[in-house]
Amino acid sequence: MAAVRVGSILILACAIAGLAACGDDKKAAGAKGGATVTIGIAAPLTGPQSHIGKDLENAVRLAAEDANAAKVVVGGKPVHFEVQAEDDQADPKMAPVVAQKLADARVAAVVGHFNSGTTIPASRIYNDAGIPQISPSATNPKYTEQGFKTAFRVVANDNQQGKVVGEYIARELKSKALAIIDDRTAYGQGVADVVERSAKAAGANVVAREFTTDRSTDFKAILTKIKGTRPDVIFFGGIDTQAGPMLQQMRGLGIEAQFVGADGIQSTELFKLGGNAVEGTLASFPGLPLERMPQGASFGERYRKKWNQDVVLYAPQGYDAFNVFVEAMKRAGSTDPAKFLPEVAKTDYNGITGPIRFDEKGDLKDGPITIFKAVGGKWQALATIGGPSQGQGAKAAEKN
Amino acid sequence: MDILLQQLINGVTLGSVYALVALGYTMVYGIIGLINFAHGELVMVGALTALSVIAALLRLGLGLPPAAMMLIALLAALPVCMLLAYAMERVAYRPLRRAPRLAPLITAIGVSIVLQNVAMLVWGRSYFSFPPILSVTNYDVAGATITDLQILIVLLSAALMAGLLLIVHRTRLGLAMRATAENLGVAALMGVDANRIIVAAFLLGSALAAVAGLMVSAYYGIAHYYMGFLLGLKAFTAAVLGGIGNIGGAMLGGLLLGVIESLGAGYIGDLTGGFLGSNYQDVFAFMVLVVVLTIRPSGLLGERVSERA
Repeated sequence: MAAVRVGSILILACAIAGLAACGDDKKAAGAKGGATVTIGIAAPLTGPQSHIGKDLENAVRLAAEDANAAKVVVGGKPVHFEVQAEDDQADPKMAPVVAQKLADARVAAVVGHFNSGTTIPASRIYNDAGIPQISPSATNPKYTEQGFKTAFRVVANDNQQGKVVGEYIARELKSKALAIIDDRTAYGQGVADVVERSAKAAGANVVAREFTTDRSTDFKAILTKIKGTRPDVIFFGGIDTQAGPMLQQMRGLGIEAQFVGADGIQSTELFKLGGNAVEGTLASFPGLPLERMPQGASFGERYRKKWNQDVVLYAPQGYDAFNVFVEAMKRAGSTDPAKFLPEVAKTDYNGITGPIRFDEKGDLKDGPITIFKAVGGKWQALATIGGPSQGQGAKAAEKN
Repeated sequence: MDILLQQLINGVTLGSVYALVALGYTMVYGIIGLINFAHGELVMVGALTALSVIAALLRLGLGLPPAAMMLIALLAALPVCMLLAYAMERVAYRPLRRAPRLAPLITAIGVSIVLQNVAMLVWGRSYFSFPPILSVTNYDVAGATITDLQILIVLLSAALMAGLLLIVHRTRLGLAMRATAENLGVAALMGVDANRIIVAAFLLGSALAAVAGLMVSAYYGIAHYYMGFLLGLKAFTAAVLGGIGNIGGAMLGGLLLGVIESLGAGYIGDLTGGFLGSNYQDVFAFMVLVVVLTIRPSGLLGERVSERA
């Protein structure tokens, strides 16, 4: 009996040791004589928002490939870039787990996360570990209001985006009855609140405020309730995975209102998710349209050639985020996060999305907001507000 | 007032789907006293199989009319679901026929998890959108809108339920099922092959689940590996609401639950003065279950469980 006991304990111990040994083998695939730098990308790679997360991962991998091909030299030594992609499933509970994993792997920097709801909790971990983090897409203002020196973003935030959308609804669409739905995530709720405030301030009348979750597929009940208030505009703060079915169900209920969303729905995937119901939808984006980005068209081409699909949503921003890190490393002459972090804050870089400079909180300076309309299965840019050429706060709408 | 009608239309449509799935739960429970928690996963497999078939048909570019594609998808999903249900019964539940009640219950939960993960491996974790092959036409009914898909769902569900009632009350199989449900031991003494009847119950339930899966994915335009969980839970709730083991109860419970959920989600904001929003729509259905069971534990139409000697 005792022998069996000892035996089984020994086997168990060996098994545990074995498991521990096959942990992450982060052996440098190694440039000869140079350093290997790993940059992390954290995004929803599985689940309902996986198409957007994969898009970001593709962009970062493309950027790493380009950087490796360009034989980047930092501090006199050639550097080889590796990418570590982690899946946060768009879940605020998974985000800190993923962030800790990346921090433990000692990545030099992180492009991530995608959702505001995941970026904000993760940012605390990166801040504690001193890892610079650029989110290519999180728009909730709270992300940069936490006072973390490591938190940056290369898009405008929802205070600007929501304001533009709210004012557009009130002034351009001249809405008399605005209904607002949000998915109760940090992002959806945040942008919907700002839109409500701005629209009201600009004279619109909000007739309904309904909620859903970011995993729902049945919106008939809330849409029916909204139908009773006879809205002319419906704003949805949420992601394309919900917006598609929501639009279909809206049209199925005979609701003719104008559907407006923010950056979460402005993806190329929305047309597949919503079919014909998407036609005429308006959506904002905290950046320029791809074809008006300084190197947008060529990036779009290269992306399509490499990944056999079009850019989904935030790929250009992901690409630029990676390169901001590379540029900061070059300027600091070091791949050590402690050394190049201050350089990130001083970035003055012309990326493919446009000029990138950060303010003292880590927000993008002079970030433009574009309003798109869904026409014939594609997004067409209607107007761009703000941006470096017009300066902060100027509302000169450049009509295409 | 027209909102109420609209909510009712939505509710009845949703309820028809719940009723179809609830029947699967109720039939199995009535005969062997097992709550087949994996039944929701049968709906999910039916939905994803149908979706894959339609996507494949579209890729082949045969130019078939949408009705034909839906029919082919259904004919493909039915055997898959029925086979899966048969496998579940033989592999997971039959060996535990004599075991204490807890064992098959936990096994059912295990089967549910296994099926979810298998589906995840086969179909991936992203949400699949139902191909836009259905052109939906709206009909205006006294201020509310009803789509032809909704009408189809309600009518098809009603027809299937009528068919099931016909089988159960007018055929020998149905007689045998009712006998087995009443008392398995005595039915066996009367010459009823209990195993065959139990398999029949599983097959019938899974066939309805396959149809329900196709309907749900067409109605909401979306299907994914996890969709069976909440749907199954709500359908089970509906079965209990109407009286578990009672076929009429499952139908009534399903319809009632659908209507309550639609009305609840619509009016919950007003009822709670803005404290709870419409994102609590799922909670509403379960709250109703708690209330009904507290007042009438055997469900609305009374439960029908086999008498254990």
